[in-house]
Amino acid sequence: MEVDEVVIKFAGDSGDGMQLTGTQFSNTAALLGDDVSTFPDYPAEIRAPQGTVGGVSGFQLHFGKIVDNPGDFCDVLVAMNPAALKANIRWVKDGGTIIIDTDSFTEKNFDKAGCSQDKLKEIYEDFNVIQAPVTSLTKEALADTGLDSKSMARSKNMFTLGMVYCIFDRTLEHSEKFFDEKFAKKPKIAEANKKALRAGFNYAETIHAMPSFRVHPSDTIAKGRYRNMNGNTATAWGLLAAAEKANLPFFLGSYPITPATEVLIEVAKRRDLGAKTFQAEDEIGGIVTSIGASFAGNLAATSTSGPGLALKSEAIGLAVITELPLVIVNVQRGGPSTGLPTKTEQSDLFQALYGRNGESPVPVIAASTPSNCFDYAFEASKIALEHMTPVLLLTDGFLANGTEPWKIPAMKDLPEIKHKQKPAGEGEYLPYKRDEKTLVREWGVPGTKGYEHRVGGLEKMNLTGNVSYVPENHELMTKYRDEKVKKLADVYPELKVEGNEDADLLVIGWGSTYGHITTAVRELNKEGYKVAHAHFNYINPLPKNTEEVLAKYKKHLVCEINLGQFAGYLEMNHPKFDYQKFNKMQGLPFTVVELKEKFKQLMENK
Amino acid sequence: MGNTKYTFKDFKSDQEIRWCPGCGDTAILMAVQKAMAELDHEKEDYAVISGIGCSSRFPYYMNTYGFHGIHGRAGVLASGVKTANPKLSVWQITGDGDALAIGGNHFIHEVRRNVNLNILLFNNRIYGLTKGQYSPTSLFGQVTKSSPYGTIEEPFNPGELVLGAKGKFFARSLDVKVKETTEILVQADKHEGASVVEILQNCVIYNNGAFADITSKETRDDNQIWLEHGKPMIFGKEKNKGLVLDGFSLKVVTIGEDGITKDDILVHDAHEKNPYLHLALINMSLADGFPVAFGVIRQVEAPTYEKLLEKQIEEVKAKSKITCMDDLLNSGSTWVVE
Repeated sequence: MEVDEVVIKFAGDSGDGMQLTGTQFSNTAALLGDDVSTFPDYPAEIRAPQGTVGGVSGFQLHFGKIVDNPGDFCDVLVAMNPAALKANIRWVKDGGTIIIDTDSFTEKNFDKAGCSQDKLKEIYEDFNVIQAPVTSLTKEALADTGLDSKSMARSKNMFTLGMVYCIFDRTLEHSEKFFDEKFAKKPKIAEANKKALRAGFNYAETIHAMPSFRVHPSDTIAKGRYRNMNGNTATAWGLLAAAEKANLPFFLGSYPITPATEVLIEVAKRRDLGAKTFQAEDEIGGIVTSIGASFAGNLAATSTSGPGLALKSEAIGLAVITELPLVIVNVQRGGPSTGLPTKTEQSDLFQALYGRNGESPVPVIAASTPSNCFDYAFEASKIALEHMTPVLLLTDGFLANGTEPWKIPAMKDLPEIKHKQKPAGEGEYLPYKRDEKTLVREWGVPGTKGYEHRVGGLEKMNLTGNVSYVPENHELMTKYRDEKVKKLADVYPELKVEGNEDADLLVIGWGSTYGHITTAVRELNKEGYKVAHAHFNYINPLPKNTEEVLAKYKKHLVCEINLGQFAGYLEMNHPKFDYQKFNKMQGLPFTVVELKEKFKQLMENK
Repeated sequence: MGNTKYTFKDFKSDQEIRWCPGCGDTAILMAVQKAMAELDHEKEDYAVISGIGCSSRFPYYMNTYGFHGIHGRAGVLASGVKTANPKLSVWQITGDGDALAIGGNHFIHEVRRNVNLNILLFNNRIYGLTKGQYSPTSLFGQVTKSSPYGTIEEPFNPGELVLGAKGKFFARSLDVKVKETTEILVQADKHEGASVVEILQNCVIYNNGAFADITSKETRDDNQIWLEHGKPMIFGKEKNKGLVLDGFSLKVVTIGEDGITKDDILVHDAHEKNPYLHLALINMSLADGFPVAFGVIRQVEAPTYEKLLEKQIEEVKAKSKITCMDDLLNSGSTWVVE
């Protein structure tokens, strides 16, 4: 079967190694020139009860010619047990292929999954089911390795990976190399995994597992060197890149929180680049150590997720009033409170914009793909350093864990960052003296002779920075802080429109919905519908030409993974227009199918 | 001390001091300025970091780099400054509310991490800036605005908390003793690690006379013992009282009575790693018939957080193949599209 794109989902118990299996397949696909997008979907519990629906861990990947999202429905589902089948059957395309490990489809496991064996009979009618006794075949293949039965069974995910490689006509080379490197010190384990992989491949070939797919590699991918990138690593690297570009030491004060923890982990690995990480005793300690590091002259950042951002609110205000550079990364997840820690949502927008006491303006920007988290983390740092302000960068669980191939940038091609540290020996230093045009103050760094000064959370006198309760001064300083952030619209890039610019309907999104919306719009354009798409990465302030863009369209539909926060924000800032909303609150991204339906409905509704 | 470059006046800012007349903070300010003049740092290398409370206004009165933070967070703010630039001499100014109530978590962790900071804990056993509510060091039963019938909470003894958090340096002083406080602060700065100096400080408005038993002319000699490393633990008007060990406990004895001679008196060893005797000294109270201990009670060498971090960076740098961002970006699994 020749196709342009395919979606595969690997699903099993959270201990079955589905994330590794999926990652291996997507790396191989990317190496062979496919465009790839992946999305892991895993429970909050590390090892939820075995065999239950709550414990199902999944990894979805979408690869082929042009791929902008991890796909709605899968062509192939690998279900390692009845629970995995039950949890994911609704996401398989009609007539799709399902591979099951028959060894796990026992009465006991059906009971654990809370469904009867009849379920299996049902699916035979609608799907192409490949039944393979994966566990026993794996054990058989590894019989002469000298491993115990439990260790042998652990390689069953590699057996299934081998089967899927065969179905999609992929070589094993990349994964074999991976095992050799990963288990360099445990050659027995490396050999077992490679054996299981080959056994699975050969098995699929022997049973003529059908259909076999030939996926067209991408022909639109630009030339260059690539790597797979996920959002959290991209964020960490973007911050590190900014520090190198600005020629400043980098400091990250943080506290572990799902789904943001990997930002801390990735920076902690980079002692070789001189990066300092401070794992604080709590979220407040995370941000306040960073404010201290910023005062001391480092590029400083803190990383967190929704509940952590709430705890950091007061300290963000401190960074606002002291006008120190700071990047606050918020990897959004489902809320309120602890909410859905491992699921995605865009519901911290209002918290990012307004969640502080007093008039406390903070620039807010949002990344829109896993790999452009690098660009926006870099950009957030650049804004912070060049404009002496805390900057809030919004990503989310979908971007954080999703991966895609990324063309590796060269540091020399990234824009310059000119921080505001006042060099020694340049006369008098007034902490709150501002650049007339940008209203940005200078950064007097401790250790610099002659610039001794005090900053702090109390309102400061204009210029001198002395404590001041003068009524007119407070109003002046409040307006300066506000105006300084508003002036960023002068440096932000303009809002662009994709799709049919001359359409009646403008679809509006922000942040991580980009991939799904752009696919939906592209497909509809191909089908002859006229739709335009404007996507916001710069949120506070909004791009200068926002009003101009919005005015070109009759209908405005704002799509977001919340109850309509960005739509409300647009209503407040650009009240001339009537905004319709499309919202989803399931801890999941939009599907392309539901977006297309909604867009069509609006277009037909004249 | 070798430094003749500065006098205490160099550390005074031009800001008018707004503490109440007679406030103990003013004397501590003088001691800090004198200590800084005496130490070898350049003026621009001092950073004075505070939280919120009366004592936390301190940075504004110092002509150094200063940061007045938010309530309870002085410890993390100072830790961030020091970790980012270990060359600075960082002084954290905090109070019993700031450090032990709202900032209690940060306090124990900065001590545990052993960040090289001078932590000046002004203990007046009351909330002054919010006008007289009880603090974590207010005495059990103390009547304050928020405890009109007396508190029903056991107070912290800050030194005990420091030792519980594996603290390496703890000293106690009194606001009125400018000379002694100055000396202690110099020692605190020279000690590498989290140096906690508890300064008993009289709040003239909301808790006046909190330490009167310790400080009054009539009783002070018998109620204070000033400890010095290597010196016998002797006190009293006649300098004839001392401390000895009686089983596992300390005991007050009089030299010349019951056959006790000067040689029987314990000699202070601030460098002893085992904290048990330091703890006993910290916990001595007038109520139990002991004098209150002052001076450097514990000073034990240990690696500091920021130095360990810098060392780790050097070690990893020496081994890693990644020396710049371009190396990192191109590291691991990559492929070329042609």
